[in-house]
Order: sequence, then structure tokens, then C-alpha cells
Amino acid sequence: MDKIARIDMGAPGGPKVTVGGLGEYAGLGGRAMTSLVVAAEVHPLAHPLGAENKLVIAPGMLSGTTGSMTGRLSVGCKSPLTGTIKESNAGGQAAQVLARLGYAAVILEGKPEGDDLYKIIINKDGIQVIVDNSLKLLDNYPLVEKLRAEYGDKVAYMSIGSAGERKLLAASIACTDPELRPTRHCGRGGVGAVMGAKRVKAIIIDDAGMKMRPPKDPDKYRDANRKFVEGLRKHPVTGEGLPAYGTNVLTNVLNEAGGYPSYNFKDGQFAGSNNLSGETQAALEIQRGGLATHGCHRGCVIQCSGVYNDKDGHYLTKQPEYETVWSHGGHCGIDDLDTVAHLDFLDDNIGVDTIEMGVTIGVAMDAGIIEFGDKAGAIRLVEEVQKGTPLGRVLGSGAAITGKVFGVERVPVVKDQALPAYDPRPIQGIGVTYATTTQGADHTAGYAIATNILKVGGDVDPLKPEGQVELSRNLQIATAAIDSTGMCLFIAFAIMDQPETFQALLDMLGSFHGITMTGDDVVALGKKVLSAERDFNTRAGFTKHHDRLPRFFYNEPVAPHNQVFSVPDEELDTLFNW
Amino acid sequence: MNITVKLFATFRTGRFVTQECEYPEGTTVASIVETLGIPENDLGIMLVNSRHVALNHKLSNGDTLAIFPLLGGG
Ligand code: SF4
Repeated sequence: MDKIARIDMGAPGGPKVTVGGLGEYAGLGGRAMTSLVVAAEVHPLAHPLGAENKLVIAPGMLSGTTGSMTGRLSVGCKSPLTGTIKESNAGGQAAQVLARLGYAAVILEGKPEGDDLYKIIINKDGIQVIVDNSLKLLDNYPLVEKLRAEYGDKVAYMSIGSAGERKLLAASIACTDPELRPTRHCGRGGVGAVMGAKRVKAIIIDDAGMKMRPPKDPDKYRDANRKFVEGLRKHPVTGEGLPAYGTNVLTNVLNEAGGYPSYNFKDGQFAGSNNLSGETQAALEIQRGGLATHGCHRGCVIQCSGVYNDKDGHYLTKQPEYETVWSHGGHCGIDDLDTVAHLDFLDDNIGVDTIEMGVTIGVAMDAGIIEFGDKAGAIRLVEEVQKGTPLGRVLGSGAAITGKVFGVERVPVVKDQALPAYDPRPIQGIGVTYATTTQGADHTAGYAIATNILKVGGDVDPLKPEGQVELSRNLQIATAAIDSTGMCLFIAFAIMDQPETFQALLDMLGSFHGITMTGDDVVALGKKVLSAERDFNTRAGFTKHHDRLPRFFYNEPVAPHNQVFSVPDEELDTLFNW
Repeated sequence: MNITVKLFATFRTGRFVTQECEYPEGTTVASIVETLGIPENDLGIMLVNSRHVALNHKLSNGDTLAIFPLLGGG
């Protein structure tokens, strides 16, 4: 990964590709690359859908190597949903393939005039940008189908559906999985709308003729990778729970702990949770001839994903994640997995974030547009998004916009991004992350659930405000670093509990680059990324007053713990003090 | 006293999902875990009426005890 490609979509005479060296970005990958480029090069007051914004696509530092778990891709820009900096992370094949072609980043810049739609082909011979108006308004599944007829099955596809083309604020960028299904999405923050604004419909990445990226010290790298894999296999979360049940194993945990937000955050438990649980889902998948264990990219040894078939045994969608099952399930008062899976398919196909879309439907239910629990109604609302009707455009622009348009007070967003599947009142640590992260409400930015609820990597009482800021700070720093390596964040469960597995990760990073990596280096990397992101947000006009939860979390206690969020503002304001 | 025990994920295999049972006064979480033949090493979290508890926690009549292996997700 010794080059950066810049594609000026607005160049006079048509898109222009420039390939250059790494310069000041040498050694960066993933989120470190996307955030440092955006912070340095995008005007903080730029309109996110304008020519001044950039869409930075970056494989992780170890992507494209023989290292396991290294296939995560970062996409960064100024977010049209939040107005903050954004890094949205996905699995799928794209990161590995792009890295093996030698690109540390591909940056889409500018914006073309007119209506033409483009596809970008990246292979060993270089980069081509081609007008292809036959792709207009195709959704992701038919789009990839059509592209496969031309470019085959040995490539990775990144694409936007109709939502991205319409520049809806919940629009995602899809990445294909090993079976070429467009199921792995850079979901959060409307990154698909930025790609749509640049009129790029699809990126076809073909690494034919390329080799694995060679480590500086191959023997040491192989050895470290072996220890790392052993560690992941040995830990009960990464070796047993995630492969068998996927992330949705959390439905029962959060429900039992009283932190499962239902009916648009009016309750902390949901009577229909057992029908939605990971245990039920895995059994159903196996019974219908799907898969309860599946990797989103080659080289993943945890394999938390799966394949969800319909009742006739035909492929419907990939295994919906916990957050998806929650947002379309309990949050909407729906307790039916087939409905959730159908909605997951629609979201992937149209190209919208499943968290934002599901939370929005719940807000629309609170507004009385349809009733809570209305399964057919929920599907109909997402189909409105697909059709691009005025109602569909409102819903596809997320929970904050929908709440405003329909006069709803209880709108669970921070910096206009929808809260995920964990109530911050009985789980105060995750509330700190939601409030303070540079990304808008995001659980992955500092997953305090691990320590508050699951008791992995420590134990901090979820019901008390004490210790939560420090916890969230440390998690946010570690996450920013892991998101830069290309490693899937789920490795954190094993490396937090097993020092030898953390050491193996350090040795992988070190031996690959021919240096020695320490825990302090990882912390320094995480801080560097967060500081750059925070600085961008400050220049974009964000202050400490934006680092707060919506007022109802401070005013409305939620059952069963009957608590409000009580971490003091002054403490939240110290999160980035280092 | 009457206790509802709920099991999750791999702990259900060969056991049950939910069971209501009579236990003597002073029963602890540890003794129920032992009766169920769940090795202590496999334990993740235990919740009584939605609150985390330790193994030595003494149960009261009407409690719901949920027992999970170590789990993660996100
Ligand atoms: S653990 Fe899950 S999300 Fe992570 S890389 Fe593997 S399949 Fe993808």
C-alpha cells in the first residue's frame, strides 16, 4: 500500500485520476487514514453533498495480508447526517482486494456537472472512470447482478442503491461478501449520499495478478498470526458465542438486564424478545438450510455472520445483526424474525443504514403514521423509501428529520444520528459514548456494553455514573486504533481478556512493518485519530453542548430500573482531556 | 421458596430454557449453578431481577435468576 489515488469527479472534461505517493499519510490505514485526510483536506464548513467534501476509502493497516481478521474497510467524509467527521466501517471483500492492489486510499473529490452516473474500475492496470447510465436507480442486489455479468465473480463490488443516488441521509455504501452479495455496509452517517452526490454508482475492484502484501519479517508475522488466531479460538466470545449465535445473542442479555429499548425507548424490556433472540434465529437458520456461522470476508476466523433463508428455504438476507433485529424488532414493537429479515433485505438492497432506518420507523410509529407492531406497515414504509416518494425521502433522511417533520418529541439521536440498541439510562457507560463520540450516537465507538453488561474486559456497574467517563475514554481510544488496523472490532473481546492475544496483535503490527509495537504506541495512535476528529468537529461548529443526550433521557425514568441518565455534564466534558 | 431460572445460549443444551422450582431458604446462585452442572469457568453473567449478582448472592422468594455464558456482540 504505497500509493493514494485521487479521483476528481468534477474535473473539466470529465473525471481525472491522479495516483501519487503517501506523503504525510505514510503508515496510516483505515480510520486513521480517512480521518486524518478529511481533517486536513475538507473544509469543516463544507456542504457534505458539495464538491468540497471528499469520500476517502481506506483499507486497514494490515488489510491484504495473510493476517486473519484484517478485512475491514473504512470510509470517511464529512457526514451529511451529522455534520461531523465520519468514519463508517464495513466487512466484505473490498478492503483486502484494494490493499493488494497497493492503494492505501482512494479519494473521491469534486462533483460532476449534469446527470451522468459513473462506475469506477480499479485493477492492476490502473483506474478507469466510465459513464454508465444503464445503472441508474438500480438497487444493490440487481445492480451487483448486472455488474457480475460484465466483471465476473473474482472481484469485489462497492455500490450504492437508490437511496444513495437520491442522497438520502441514511444512505449506506454496500460491499460484497465472499459470495458476492451486497450485504456488508458502511452504514452509518449517510456516506452513501456522499458517493451519490459524486455520481459514483459502483466501484469494481479486481486484484487479479496481485499477491498478498508481504510482511517485513514474514516468520515473525506468521508466528504472531498463529498465536492471535489461537487466542480468538480459545476465548468463549470469539471462539464460541459469536460463531454459534452471532451478535444477536445480545437480545436476551440486554432484555434480561433491562437495557433493551422497546417502543421507541419507552420501556427497557420487550415481551416478544424470545422470538427475536439469537438462539431462536440460529435454530431457524439451521432448520431452513441457511447458515448460523459465516464470515463476512475471507480470513475471518470468528465468523459471526450467517445466512437467513425464508420459510421455503430460499436465500432472503444475511443473518441480521443484533442492532438490526432490535431497530426493526423491539424498538418497533415487532416480534417476528421473518419481518425483520425482510426489512434487512430491503435496507441492504435500497442501501440504507439498518440502525437509522429501523429507529426512524419507530419514531414514525410514535408519530402515529402506523401503529407499533404493524409488520406490514413497517415494510410499506421502507418501500416508500425505495420508491423515493416524498414520505420515503423524509424517512430515508433518518430519525432526526422524521421526528422534526412529524412533531415527535422523543427522538433518540445524538448529533442527529440514531441511537443503537442499548438504553443509556440503565447502561450509563454507553450513554457517555453516545454523547461524546466524534461520530454521533454510535455504540461501536466505545463499546461500554462489554464492561457494563457482559463483564468482558473488566466490570463497571452499569447503573451508576461513577467510572463511566474513564471507561468510555479508554474504549474510544482503543477503538480508534483497532479501526485503523483493518481488524474487526470483535477481536476486542479476546484481546481485552487475554494479554497474550493482545501481544500477538502488537507483534503482527510490528513484524509487518519491521518495527516494535507496544501498547503505548496503540494508545498514541488512537489518541491521534480522536484528536484529529475532535478538532474537525470543533472547526465545524460543534461545542460541548452537542455532547449531550436528548433531554428525555434525563427526565423520563425507564422500567425496570426506573433510572435516568445521570453522568454529570462537567464529567462528559473531560472525556477528551489527555 | 419459588425461583424462576432462565438459561441462555449454550447453557440451554441438554438443560432447559426456563424452569420454576422450589428451593430451600438461603439458596445461593452458586448452589443453583452447581445443581445445574454448569462449570464455574464457563459462567459469564448472572442476573437476579435484571441486576448483576455474584455467585454468593442469596436468593429470595419470587426471584428470577438468569444465567449466561460469557457472551459478546455489538
Ligand atoms: S467477526 Fe463478524 S463482522 Fe467481524 S469480520 Fe468476522 S464476520 Fe465480519
